[in-house]
Amino acid sequence: MLKPLLVLGIGNGFRKDDGLGPAIIKLLQRSDLQGVELQTQSGEGSSLMAAWQGHEQVVLVDAVCSGALPGTVFELEASEQVIPSRFFHYSTHAFSVAEAIEMAKALGELPQALTLFGIEGADFGSGTGLSPIVTAALPELLLRIHNRYPAYFQIFQGEIPHA
Amino acid sequence: MSEKKRRIISVDYLARVEGEGALYIQMNGSTLEEVQLKIFEPPRFFEAFLRGRDYREAPDITSRICGICPIAYQMGAVQAMEAILGLEVPEPLRSLRRLIYCGEWIESHVLHIYMLHAPDFLGFPDAVALAKVAPEAVKRGLRLKKIGNTLMTLLGGREIHPINLQVGGFYRLPEKTELLALKPELEWAREAAIETLRWVAGFEFPAFEREYEYVALKHPSEYAIHEGRLVSNLGLDIPISEYERHFEEEHVARSTALHSIHTGHGAYFVGPMARYNLNFEQLSPSVKALAEEVGIAEHCHNPFKSILVRSLETLYALEEALRLIELYQKPDTAFVSGPLKAGKGHGCTEAPRGICYHRYEIDANGLILNAKIVPPTSQNQKTIEADLRHLLPLYLDKADPELQHLCEQAIRNYDPCISCSTHFLKLEVARA
Repeated sequence: MLKPLLVLGIGNGFRKDDGLGPAIIKLLQRSDLQGVELQTQSGEGSSLMAAWQGHEQVVLVDAVCSGALPGTVFELEASEQVIPSRFFHYSTHAFSVAEAIEMAKALGELPQALTLFGIEGADFGSGTGLSPIVTAALPELLLRIHNRYPAYFQIFQGEIPHA
Repeated sequence: MSEKKRRIISVDYLARVEGEGALYIQMNGSTLEEVQLKIFEPPRFFEAFLRGRDYREAPDITSRICGICPIAYQMGAVQAMEAILGLEVPEPLRSLRRLIYCGEWIESHVLHIYMLHAPDFLGFPDAVALAKVAPEAVKRGLRLKKIGNTLMTLLGGREIHPINLQVGGFYRLPEKTELLALKPELEWAREAAIETLRWVAGFEFPAFEREYEYVALKHPSEYAIHEGRLVSNLGLDIPISEYERHFEEEHVARSTALHSIHTGHGAYFVGPMARYNLNFEQLSPSVKALAEEVGIAEHCHNPFKSILVRSLETLYALEEALRLIELYQKPDTAFVSGPLKAGKGHGCTEAPRGICYHRYEIDANGLILNAKIVPPTSQNQKTIEADLRHLLPLYLDKADPELQHLCEQAIRNYDPCISCSTHFLKLEVARA
């Protein structure tokens, strides 16, 4: 039996590309995944820490706003890297995704494996739906998640579902 | 002219505040030439885009002004609309509103105490660095904050930008059992809040006191959170509908948030210290006893000690939450309604950072004709700058980095929420 894998999709579906996390959760909900728990999160830091408490393996999906080329796919291992605090476009609120990860490290409460996946957004304006450039990068994002945790996403067998 | 030393202290992006702002200080010898709290976050024009919207949309639109204190915005909006329609929100809906507001005070105050303000007193750059040496304290803070978020989620539908408040009441009412389920964690939190107070009481506080005009709501029978008249220690005592006759907003070039003044008086102080100094008598016996234990019984005029006041208010909010949960009986209806009519109404509640004033005018079809929202941080801007002007001359012997840190700490005393104030800090200190 597989150890459970928690997938947290972070973002706001009413701010276009910021809705990446919830969009991925919706998409994965359509597949019959075994051993995977799916959750949407706003990105508020203390709630994130509470959400992953007790989990050994966590995937976090969030839109990225780093100045990279829109559509660039990111994959970061939280235990190996310092997460830059301005990396995730959430808000200027003082305790969000990056701070929650660094805080969990300082407190020794980081899950054994926590992998962040993201796509550099093109449009964080008001409205629903992802921009074409982020939509076009979804297959690569899903492939990366699959490659990192192959046992959970065998169902895709190389076929990545469409958004 | 004698050769004086010019010093400039300049902070481009103030850390550990909500939103984007800066500080610029210019000194010539011992003469303070400029103190500017600059707020450059783009203005957000909420009042303009409320025009033409249905009156029932106001709480959900204004909740978007802030992710930390959305309840303050929702509550101001619904109260103003209820005043227009002549609706009286009965018990227990009124108490449920007080309960969700307690949730907001808890999550906002605890975030500020542990994540934003405590690192200043202990010499850490941020809460993560603090967590490395004081993990148990930070864990306590995170768990304490969480209970505030849980109350917000249960009563508001979600913790950030809640969706369950409406004109006349709520959409969905909680079951008594759902509220009772929170009791064990709230009881833990009450003890944790006392530990928090004793922890922060051990900090060293710069000696700094001056005279302020404190402005807060006052209620005849309770420590005012969501209702009351507006009072000050200099004799102001008005219904909220008269706010605009006594307070005015002005634009200053350095800030995208309007500055507020009490007409004929000048700068004033809103927030936990204002409430505490005006309404201390209405706190619970246990909170008053602890206030005495930490040496601020009845009054506190040192803004650096606002962290003590926030801790006492956190404890009070937890006690209130427990009390309100015990009393709750689920009513048959979640809201009251009445016929639509045109008119003008006002709302004002005690956001964690101070009074948050709303005024709306709607037409006979319920469309918003105009709106005015005055958040707490914009009201405190002048007082923050005045604090710096009084503080700097006392510490001129300090080197620039220490002086800069002291100024930033003095700004954080107010827990400024710039995002709210622009309905959106950065520090420059120039010494010539």
